Amino acid sequence: MAVDIPQQPGPRTRAGLSAPRARQRPPGWLRRLQPLLWLGPAIALIAVVVIWPIVAMIQTSFQNITPLGINIGSAGWSNFSTVLQNLNLPGILVRTVIWVAAVVAITMLASFGLAQLFNQRFPGRRYVRWAIIAPWAASVMMTALIFRWMLQPDSGVIYLFLHQIGVISQFNTNTPDWLGNPDAAMACMIAVAVFVSLPFTTYVLLAGLQSIPGDLYEAARVDGASPWRAYRAITLPLLRPAFAVATVINLMNVFNSFPIIWEMTRGGPGYETATTTVFMYDLKGTFVGQAAAMSIINFALVLIIIVVFLRVNGWNKQEAR
Amino acid sequence: MAATTVTAVAPAATSVRTRPPRRPPSWKTAVVALVAYVIAVIFLLPYLEMLVTSVRPTKELYGQDYLPQHFAWSNLTNMWGSAYGILDSVRVSLEIAGGATALVLLVALPAAYYTSRHRFRGRGAFLLLVLATQMLQPTALIVGIYKEFLSFGLLNINPVWSLMLVNAGFNLAFAIWILNAYIGSIPAELEEAAMVDGHGRLGALFHVTVPLAMPGIVTALIFTFIAAWNEFISALTLTTNGSDYPLTVRLDSFIGQYTVDWQHLFGASVVATIPVFILFALIEGRVVGGLTAGSIK
Repeated sequence: MAVDIPQQPGPRTRAGLSAPRARQRPPGWLRRLQPLLWLGPAIALIAVVVIWPIVAMIQTSFQNITPLGINIGSAGWSNFSTVLQNLNLPGILVRTVIWVAAVVAITMLASFGLAQLFNQRFPGRRYVRWAIIAPWAASVMMTALIFRWMLQPDSGVIYLFLHQIGVISQFNTNTPDWLGNPDAAMACMIAVAVFVSLPFTTYVLLAGLQSIPGDLYEAARVDGASPWRAYRAITLPLLRPAFAVATVINLMNVFNSFPIIWEMTRGGPGYETATTTVFMYDLKGTFVGQAAAMSIINFALVLIIIVVFLRVNGWNKQEAR
Repeated sequence: MAATTVTAVAPAATSVRTRPPRRPPSWKTAVVALVAYVIAVIFLLPYLEMLVTSVRPTKELYGQDYLPQHFAWSNLTNMWGSAYGILDSVRVSLEIAGGATALVLLVALPAAYYTSRHRFRGRGAFLLLVLATQMLQPTALIVGIYKEFLSFGLLNINPVWSLMLVNAGFNLAFAIWILNAYIGSIPAELEEAAMVDGHGRLGALFHVTVPLAMPGIVTALIFTFIAAWNEFISALTLTTNGSDYPLTVRLDSFIGQYTVDWQHLFGASVVATIPVFILFALIEGRVVGGLTAGSIK
């Protein structure tokens, strides 16, 4: 998909505003350029903000750049091989897979329930729907910070609550700091990631549920189908596209998620709570070339995850027929 | 400016729902409502805790209670002191989000209008390009973005300009999808009628199409503003001087210090969050369309 990038957006307003010229038919070559006048600014913006960085990133991944930012020539593939041989990488990859799989799976399941709940009629439904968009509207880094605060040992409200209901027995002395323990910290951060992913996902599934025509349920009822049968034969299959779209978007968002881990543990201790995205960002501080190489590896990983998901989803669809 | 007929048409688009007659709620409805209310409260609790912490007195910051004994409302006024830099950061965030929003509208409106009204060679390729930008995120390209703006020298000038561009670019797709859908739902005959009445093409666009597409335009504007206001990783990467920090980076810089001013940190978070909640509630029902339109087609 070669897209030619115009040198300039061009003065698109003037041609349309001057009345006498508008009455004449413009020559053919000008008419063929007309789309560029309207799309040019958008293409230029995409070129500057998306295409150029991709090119710069690929270039950088083959450059040997010192921690002080001086380019000392070509690095060949050495940035890639250094990153791939990093002793921390296997653990980071495993953690990334767990992070993405756990967050997306829990989010999809919980949203599936929430969407059906909010699809019911009940008084105050509008206000409840406004309440659940809070984590979607708020900055993710601020949500992560408030959870970090609520998870402070001995004074955080989560600890306080769990102590009061008897879940945490040690208190005030040796209260475990979950964010200091890699496994516990991952569990907490997965919970926060689910929390901020729920509103969007629930809204997508809710839109899917509401797009199912009511006539279908009416027809099923006339045919004598039980509500459960109608649910399996109508709701589940017709919700599948919304489910697939939400899953793909969540896979990308969660893989690229940065603020939660950054604000709650900075990926530490060591790299023990880092995903590949956090690892890449950390490399950027010292070895920009390796960070670029890691970005390209991440890129490939996202593509693989999404292709695998779409294949699996497609196979299911064929079996259902 | 807008023709009076236009304002009459607009409310019809948001269909007035007829209310079913009120009956006493059944047991099922009562249970559903109760569960839903509990869930709503759980979703709001972290943000209430944000508010409570912001007014905790320093002495009671680590108090083992849900609510402090005393409320230090003065935290919310003295956090604007120049030592914290919060006021500067609000200004920077407003500049970035405002600039990005204006740029998105300027760039997306002509593109969405043209792709919605015309079939031409390259239309499919263009829409695919837009979809590709939506699939990518600043995080995935952050090294490239950093290198690009470093070579531009924009980092030395004012990172606010770079961040306006980055935020506009990554929210362009949403704006194009949503404007495309709204413009597509407006009959082209309305514009032709305006052109017969003596308006030029741009006149018809601004007198007929833009007012009718206003719900879509407002949604695109609010969504872009919020996304740019909340954006973190590019801002963290492209700003180096404290005076250029937007709010998100300012809060992050609080964390690095030995004693974290948690009450001021959350005071600033509250200030940053409440307007965003209200703006988002206004467009709540229309956001999903823009986020998923590209992937469904």
